[in-house]
Amino acid sequence: MRQYFINTWEGIWTVLVGMRITFGHLFTPAVTIQYPDVKVPLPERVRNRLYVNIDDCIGCDQCSRACPVNCIEIETVKSLPTEDLGTTSNGKKKALWVTKFDIDIAKCCYCQLCVFPCPTDCIYMTDVYEFSEYDRNDLIYNFSTLKPEESAEKKANFEKLRLEKEAQKLAAAKAKEEADAKKAAEIKKEDSSKTE
Amino acid sequence: MFDALSELFGSPIIAAFVSAIVPLVFIVPFVIIAVYMERKVAGHMQDRLGPMRVGYHGILQTVADFFKLLQKEDITASSIDKRFFNVAPFLVFAGSYAVYAALPFTSSMLGSKIDIGLFFIVAASGLVVAGILMAGWSSNNKYSLYGALRSAAQIVSYEIPTIIVILSVVMFTRTLSLAEMSEMQTAYFWNWNIFGGAEWNLTKLLITPFMMIAFLIFYISSLAEVNRTPFDMPEAESELVAGYHTEYSGIKFSMFFLAEYANMFAVSAIAVAIFLGGYQSPFGYVGNLIGAEWLVQVEQLFWFISKGMFFVFVQMWLRWTLPRVRVDQLMTICWKYLIPYSFVNLIIIGIITLI
Repeated sequence: MRQYFINTWEGIWTVLVGMRITFGHLFTPAVTIQYPDVKVPLPERVRNRLYVNIDDCIGCDQCSRACPVNCIEIETVKSLPTEDLGTTSNGKKKALWVTKFDIDIAKCCYCQLCVFPCPTDCIYMTDVYEFSEYDRNDLIYNFSTLKPEESAEKKANFEKLRLEKEAQKLAAAKAKEEADAKKAAEIKKEDSSKTE
Repeated sequence: MFDALSELFGSPIIAAFVSAIVPLVFIVPFVIIAVYMERKVAGHMQDRLGPMRVGYHGILQTVADFFKLLQKEDITASSIDKRFFNVAPFLVFAGSYAVYAALPFTSSMLGSKIDIGLFFIVAASGLVVAGILMAGWSSNNKYSLYGALRSAAQIVSYEIPTIIVILSVVMFTRTLSLAEMSEMQTAYFWNWNIFGGAEWNLTKLLITPFMMIAFLIFYISSLAEVNRTPFDMPEAESELVAGYHTEYSGIKFSMFFLAEYANMFAVSAIAVAIFLGGYQSPFGYVGNLIGAEWLVQVEQLFWFISKGMFFVFVQMWLRWTLPRVRVDQLMTICWKYLIPYSFVNLIIIGIITLI
């Protein structure tokens, strides 16, 4: 019987205690951060979306080789000797047209290993982390500023140059051969005249 | 209100329709506000913010939700009992709506001035059980059935302490009419039934603690009757998906929802009318002071709704404080604690009233 009244009392009392606690919480400031409007400040060295400053890129392909998941694809074309590509911001001379610089950010594992080998510091991690897409293909970022026809032109130019050079080389080789043959013939002549 | 309206329209039928619509005009905005309030209270009690994005501090959130619910497809599964499935939500809502017929919002604004108001309310709220059972059984879903049966067991057993407490108050006030009961508790708050009625004598002093116990019992059992936490087993989300309204969607689901919130206010209003002076102001009326009759009515409406809203708030407060009780605990609370206490309370109040 005594236990019965104790139970009753405890039932009411504990509910009141609970209600006091929740009432207190009604007036404690909320811990919510209203995400899209307010964002938590990120740490200083966060690793998020990659960015390539293509103006500084010399097309050395070192980042692509460092990437453990092969998410960077680079294609380069040599420039013509007559073309001047300018220099990078830290003074390196650019010699290659970067016709393709694709980063498949869906594959990226945010290891930052591509950032360190870059001789011109043109590839780096930004603090952008909201870049979801509906289509997976939209996650392949093209950093090359050259238009497809431009890069085709560059390729054609280089091909022409290469062919020209080859032709020159061939011509030079031929000339040399001819010269050699002539020489050989002269020597032979001399020899034969000697023997006569 | 009915008499005034039938004079105004010259036809009792139109007057009846108009006075029947008045509670609906109250219920729909109330539900919209109460759902918003519930979410805000829940949020702030858990140190969150609650809805924030639709309108200023999310004020239009429930309006948006309401329209969303209206647009939703009305899904009816193939193996349900269509007839009862379709009737059930409206029956549940009718049950909780009927209660409003006898609630005195002000001294002149009440649906019907019937002498057996309290009896009618208790009887009409019994309709809810039938509706819930119907919904659960016709859904052809084991969770719905569980929820419905739990709800039936719960509501029926908790009706007993409720009725006994009402009986003890009725013994004290000698009337079943809520309007009359509210009228008796006029003037100041110490005249409320919870403080022993309007008469100053020894009875008042003796009866006050027992009236407080009666109020407590009434409040607890009314919580169980409207299936609110900690007695929300019929719709226990973590156990029964959503209980008896698992299979419902769209407008029918919103009917259940509307009924639940209408019920919340109804039981709070009954508690207020029985124990806390109904529509009476706790400190007299400004309208009487400056001699404006119409202002008194407005004040009465204000006091009734704000008292009711306070107890709705307490229901929310309890919801976010207490965990759900088990079924056996629920039955223990009712049969082993509330019913004996209310019986003893009934006897004591009876004896005191006799003295």
